[in-house]
Amino acid sequence: MMFRMIAVVAGLGLALAATAEAQTPRKGGTIRMTAPYGSSFTSLDIHTTQRAQDEIYAKALHRSLYIWNSAEGKPVLELAKEDVVSGGGLVHTFKLRDDAYFHNGRKMTADDIIWSYNRIMDGTKAFPGARYVRVIEGAAAVEKGQAKDISGLKKIDDFTIEMKLTEKVDPGFYFFTALTSIYPADEGAKETFIQKPIGLGPFKFVEHVPGSRIVLERWDRFYKPGKPYADKVVVSIMAEAAARDVAFRNKEIDTSVLGPAQYVAYQSDAALKGTIVEVAEVFTRYMGMNPAFKPFTDKRVRQAINYAIDTDLIINKLVKGKAYRASSWLPLTSTAYDKAMKPYPYDPAKAKQLLTEAGYPQGFEFEWTTSPNESWGLPIVSAVIPMLDKVGIKAKVKQVETAVLAEVVRTGDYQAFIYSQASGPDPLSALKCFHSSTPQPACNYMSYKNADFDKIIDEAGQADDPAKRTELLQKANALLYDDAPVWFFNYNKAVMAVQPWLKGIQLNATELTHQNVEDLWVDETSPAK
Amino acid sequence: MLSFLIRRLLQTIPTVLAVVLLVFVLFSIVPGSIVTSMSDDSDPQVELRMKQQLGLDQPVHVRFGTYIAQLATGDFGPSFRTREPVTTMIAKRAWPTLQLIFAAMAFSVVIGVPLGFIAALKPGGIVDTIAMMVAVSGLSIAKFWLGLVLMYLFALKLGWLPSFGYGDGGLKYLLLPAVTLGVSPMALFARTTRAAVLEIMTADFVRTARSKGMSETRVVKWHVMRNALVIILTTVGLQFGGLMGQAVVVEKLFSWPGIGSLLVDSVLQRDIPAVQGSILVVVLAFLAINLLIDVLYGVIDPRIRYA
Repeated sequence: MMFRMIAVVAGLGLALAATAEAQTPRKGGTIRMTAPYGSSFTSLDIHTTQRAQDEIYAKALHRSLYIWNSAEGKPVLELAKEDVVSGGGLVHTFKLRDDAYFHNGRKMTADDIIWSYNRIMDGTKAFPGARYVRVIEGAAAVEKGQAKDISGLKKIDDFTIEMKLTEKVDPGFYFFTALTSIYPADEGAKETFIQKPIGLGPFKFVEHVPGSRIVLERWDRFYKPGKPYADKVVVSIMAEAAARDVAFRNKEIDTSVLGPAQYVAYQSDAALKGTIVEVAEVFTRYMGMNPAFKPFTDKRVRQAINYAIDTDLIINKLVKGKAYRASSWLPLTSTAYDKAMKPYPYDPAKAKQLLTEAGYPQGFEFEWTTSPNESWGLPIVSAVIPMLDKVGIKAKVKQVETAVLAEVVRTGDYQAFIYSQASGPDPLSALKCFHSSTPQPACNYMSYKNADFDKIIDEAGQADDPAKRTELLQKANALLYDDAPVWFFNYNKAVMAVQPWLKGIQLNATELTHQNVEDLWVDETSPAK
Repeated sequence: MLSFLIRRLLQTIPTVLAVVLLVFVLFSIVPGSIVTSMSDDSDPQVELRMKQQLGLDQPVHVRFGTYIAQLATGDFGPSFRTREPVTTMIAKRAWPTLQLIFAAMAFSVVIGVPLGFIAALKPGGIVDTIAMMVAVSGLSIAKFWLGLVLMYLFALKLGWLPSFGYGDGGLKYLLLPAVTLGVSPMALFARTTRAAVLEIMTADFVRTARSKGMSETRVVKWHVMRNALVIILTTVGLQFGGLMGQAVVVEKLFSWPGIGSLLVDSVLQRDIPAVQGSILVVVLAFLAINLLIDVLYGVIDPRIRYA
C-alpha cells in the first residue's frame, strides 16, 4: 500500500491502469513489445544473462519460484502455493504448484527446481543468478566445486521442497527474477535447449531472428485460468530511440521506452501525452568516491561535493525531468524509503567552507571515470565539472566504454566514477552492499567501511518485526547520507509510451519493461492481428 | 587464369593470418573479460575456473596457436557467451547482411552509374549540375539521419513501407535499409563515373575513333563505356568492404539481423570467438569480392592479362 502511495506521488500514469481494470480483457491479438537496450538478445539461455534486455522476453517464456507483483511492490509466490517458515526463519518449506506444465507438456516437479538451482551454481559457468542462489545453505560449496548438490535443498515429495537459507531473508527477493528461472531438468541439459528454450511461462517459443525479434505464442496449459489473453507476443529489438519513436507513432509497436528528449516531446504532444506511463525504478545514480584517494578519505570533502553540485538544475535541464532527486541511497519505491529525508541543498559556500576545514582551501584535482551513457555518464560529468570548478575542485575526465567501467568499478581502479546501481527492491540487500564484510567486487564498490553502519544492518537482518527492520534500515540509510560515500544524484524515472489499445501495463519499479505478459491484453483497435 | 586464381588465393593467406593475429592480440590486451561481462558478482574462484575452462588462463601465444589449429579445420570454436558454434551464429546472420549489402550495391550502381554517365555527356549542363548536387549531398548525409528521414517519409507519412524489422525477409522490409546504405556509394559511383567518362572522352583513342567516322553511339558503347567500367568496377570492389563496415549502423537502426549487430554485441560482451569469427568472415568476403572484381576486369577488357 505504501508502495502504491509513493508511486502515485511519483507521478504514475494510473489513468491508463484504471481504465484497463474497468474493462473485460479481450482474448486474442498480438502484443508487440520492444527491447530497447541493445542490438541483440544476449542468449536464449536466460540463466547466462543479467541484462534487462533479455528478461523482457524471458518474463513471457519462463517462470521462477516467485514473481514480482508491481501493485503490491513486492515479490509473491508463483510456482509454489505456500511457504511455511520454520527453523528460526531460516527454513522454508514450499508447497509447489501441481498444475504447472513445461512447454513440452511435462509437469514441473521439485526435481526441476533442484536441478535448475544446482545448474545456476555451476562454478565453471559464472551464471549471474548464483548471487541469489548462494543464499541457500550449501550452494556456495557447489559453486566452489566442493559438493555436487546444494545441501540446503531437499525434495520432500514431487511437489514439496525444503530450502534452508544461510540468512534470515525473504527468499522472494532472491528468486523472482528470470536469472533463477526453472528449466525442465531433462531438456535443460540438452544442447538443443539453447536454440529452442522450454519454459513454464504463459507463452512458448516460436522463433528468434537474432538481432531483430523473438516471437512467442500462447501456451494453452498455462496454470493461471483464462490467461494469457493474447495469442502472440513479438519482442522487437529496437535500440535506437528515434527509430522507436517513428515505429510507435506509426503504430507498428505497442511499447516504447522514452529517453529524456522524447519524454519532453511526448509530454508536449497532445496525441501522445496520454500514452506515457512512468515509475521510479529501484536504481540509484551516483558518483562513487575512492576512499583510498586522499581527499575523499575525509567525510567533509565528500559532503562538499554534494553541496557543490546543483543537482536539481542538472535533473531539470539536462535530464529533462526524467529522474527523481536522490535524498540518500534507497529510492522512492523502496519499502524503507524515508520521506522525511531531504537531499543536500546546492550551497557552494558551504562546500568551500567544508573544503577549507578539511585542509583543501584551494580545492584539489581528481580523475573522474565515466561511460558515454546519456543519463548517468559523460553529459552529466560535463555539466558537473564547472560546478565543482567553482569551489576549486578540478575534475579530469577519463572516458571508457560501459563494459570497461563495470570492470573499473569492481576492481577499485578509479579515483571517482559515475554509475547506476540497483538499490532495490530489497532494501536490506541494497544497503548490505555498504556492509564492510561485502567485498568490493560484489557490490561494495566504494569499499565502504563503517562499524556503526555494520551494526545497524546486522540488527536489521535479525529483526523479525518488519516495522523494526524498516526503522533500522532507514537509520542506516540516514547514516549513509551523512557519510556521503557518493554524490547522491538521482533515482531513475523509467518512462514508457504505451499504445492505447494495450491494457494491463504494470508499473514495475524493478524494471518497467519487465511485464507479466499474461496480464496484458489488446483491444480490438490494435492494428496487429 | 587458373594459375592467377591459385596465386591470388595463396596471397590471401598472409592477409587473413595478419587480421586474425591483430584481432587476437587486440582482444587479449583490452580491459574486460567474458566473466565480468556475464556477472558483476562472481566469485574469484569461479572466474578462475571459468577462465581455465575457456582456456583463458593460457599465455596469449598458446591460445593463438590453438585458435589457428582450430581455424585450419574450418572451426571458429564455440561462443564464450552462448556456447553455440560461432559458425552457426554467423550463418544465421550472413544472409540478411548479404541481402542488405547486395541490395544497397544494386541500388547504388543502378542509380549512380547512369547518373554519372548522363552528367558527363553534357558537362556543365543542368543535368550535370543536379547530378553532382545529388552526389555531393549523398556523400555528406549521415546514414543514421538519412535512415530516420526515410522512415519518417515512407513509413509514417506515406505508409508505404514498414519502418523497421526483418519481417519475412521480403523486399518491403529491405527497401529502406538498402537505400539508406546505398545512397553514399551511389553518390560516389555518380562522381567516379562522371570523372572517368570525362577523362576517357578526351583520350586519344576516342578522338581517333571519331576521326575515323565512328558514330557517337558506337564511340560511347565500345570505347567510353568499356574503359569507364574498369574504373567503376574498382570503385565497386572497394565499396563492398566499406558497406560491410557501414552496415552496422543501418542494421542497428532498422533492427536488421546482420553480422554487424552480432559483431558489436560480441565486442561489448567480450565474446572473443564470436568477434574473431565475425571479423574473419567480413575480411574473407572482402577478399573474395576483390578477387571476383579482378576476374571481371579481364572479361570487360581483354587487354588486361592475368600475368
